[in-house]
Amino acid sequence: MRATEPALSTLPTHRSCPFDPPQEYDRLREQAPVSRLAFPDGKIGWLLTRHQDVRAVLADDRFSSDRSRASSPLGRIPLRPHEPEARAGMLLTMDPPEHTRYRRMLTRYFTVRRMRALVPRIEQIVEAHLDAMERKGPPADLVTAFALPIPSLVICELLGVPYEDRAMFQRWTSTLLRLDTNEKAALAARNALRTYMLQLVAAKRAHPDDALISHLIAAQDTAEETQAELTDEELGGIARLLLVAGHETTANMLALGTYTLLSHPDQLRAMLDHPESVERAVEELLRYLTIVQFGVLRVACEDVEIAGCQIRAGETVVASLAAANRDPEHFDRPGKLDLEREFSQHVAFGHGVHQCLGQQLARVEMEVAFPALFRRFPTLRLAVPPEQVPLREDMLIYGVHALPLTWDGHSPDTLHQQTPSTGG
Amino acid sequence: MKIRIEHDRCRGAGQCALNAPELFDQSDDDGTVIVLDEEPSPELQDSARLAAALCPNAVIRIIESCEA
Ligand code: HEM
Ligand code: SF4
Repeated sequence: MRATEPALSTLPTHRSCPFDPPQEYDRLREQAPVSRLAFPDGKIGWLLTRHQDVRAVLADDRFSSDRSRASSPLGRIPLRPHEPEARAGMLLTMDPPEHTRYRRMLTRYFTVRRMRALVPRIEQIVEAHLDAMERKGPPADLVTAFALPIPSLVICELLGVPYEDRAMFQRWTSTLLRLDTNEKAALAARNALRTYMLQLVAAKRAHPDDALISHLIAAQDTAEETQAELTDEELGGIARLLLVAGHETTANMLALGTYTLLSHPDQLRAMLDHPESVERAVEELLRYLTIVQFGVLRVACEDVEIAGCQIRAGETVVASLAAANRDPEHFDRPGKLDLEREFSQHVAFGHGVHQCLGQQLARVEMEVAFPALFRRFPTLRLAVPPEQVPLREDMLIYGVHALPLTWDGHSPDTLHQQTPSTGG
Repeated sequence: MKIRIEHDRCRGAGQCALNAPELFDQSDDDGTVIVLDEEPSPELQDSARLAAALCPNAVIRIIESCEA
């Protein structure tokens, strides 16, 4: 039966609720969990919607992450990923053992312990942005005032990228992540980012600081056995990947997560009343919202059978993280936001060797930012009707383009009743 | 219960150190897993199972049938 399921023309993209993935995924998961998918380049591949199949493929080394061999389900130009200078350092699109070499160099900088050690600094950054919002008074766009600047500043400090340059790299990033960007604009943005990073790497060689890029340069001087030196192109590629992946993703979780929490006031209150429940709440938001909305791509290196279907060598497989995270076989009442849900093996950070390198950083940023925001502004609410919140259906990473919020500011007669709100 | 590690497969995602900090840490050299206690006491055995289930690379194997 499954094999005769008619090919889909496109990946499901139409959402009927801002917090739910397209409903089409539910139908597919039930009727054709391993389903044929027609790509805009004319090729036919596969779409996986079940939690178990998505995890199986992402943990299977017979599937490659090399995007230059994959078809894109959204008709996005592949950006000539085979050009050496575009590939250098891009571990996201590499397979072991090439991938392993980079990943091993980087993981020590992103361990649970190291990321926890950043908490005091992240708290300062969050408080400073809350102070600025409070000084300006309501209304505010949460994306520009809070959600985007906080992870941008954190990743800049971690890498040693000057925060003053944010307008430039935020613009390039957004060009690269927009679905309708044409090839010319995308290449221009990528080249601008590449040139920028190469200059930065050269500057760090001349004047090292105490941040990650300089550490990677220094680590090579003491490089052990197999780890051949990193070229400037490789260092630039790693830094580019970390900068792009490190700010847009968390930024969208913060803004969309805030919108979600505001829409579930009872659960929000329960979370704020029990600080120890925040970690669990963050995991649930990651699962429920799955902002890597179109899933991740893999290419079969050989013929592989998945759930009774023959996937041929060379075919592209789209593993839908969003559909997997709503699989009723794995999650009890998957469509319900339940901030107290037990640890759930969600795949919002992927699975297998590429599982998100920055996940512990994203977690601590969210664990600090959400409670601090709602404690500072207990009356926080949307400043526009919900249908006017612009959704990022047109971006690789889902979220909101803007989140206009308001709150009860300090009018002169209420001021004295409030304890100084900077204390939290 | 005994904990066994297939260290070669570890990519330092840190699910273990996050979810069972009493049993797992990550090396400062390359971020890969370090087992702090190979034979977890009964009250830590659920955390050990959780860490094994959440590890993205099937690094952590739990041998249940051993006497704790
Ligand atoms: C909530 C925020 C985030 C989400 C939802 C997210 C999601 C993901 C996913 C799904 C993957 C796997 C891609 C694949 O298998 O092809 C991934 C990989 C990656 N992420 Fe994240 N990410 C987040 C935050 C971050 C942050 C803050 C950083 C940087 C510090 C980061 C850096 C990376 C890198 C470098 C990879 C590639 C890892 C590899 O190929 O081994 N991410 N992320
Ligand atoms: S969760 Fe698995 S891959 Fe990640 S550090 Fe622990 S053992 Fe290694």
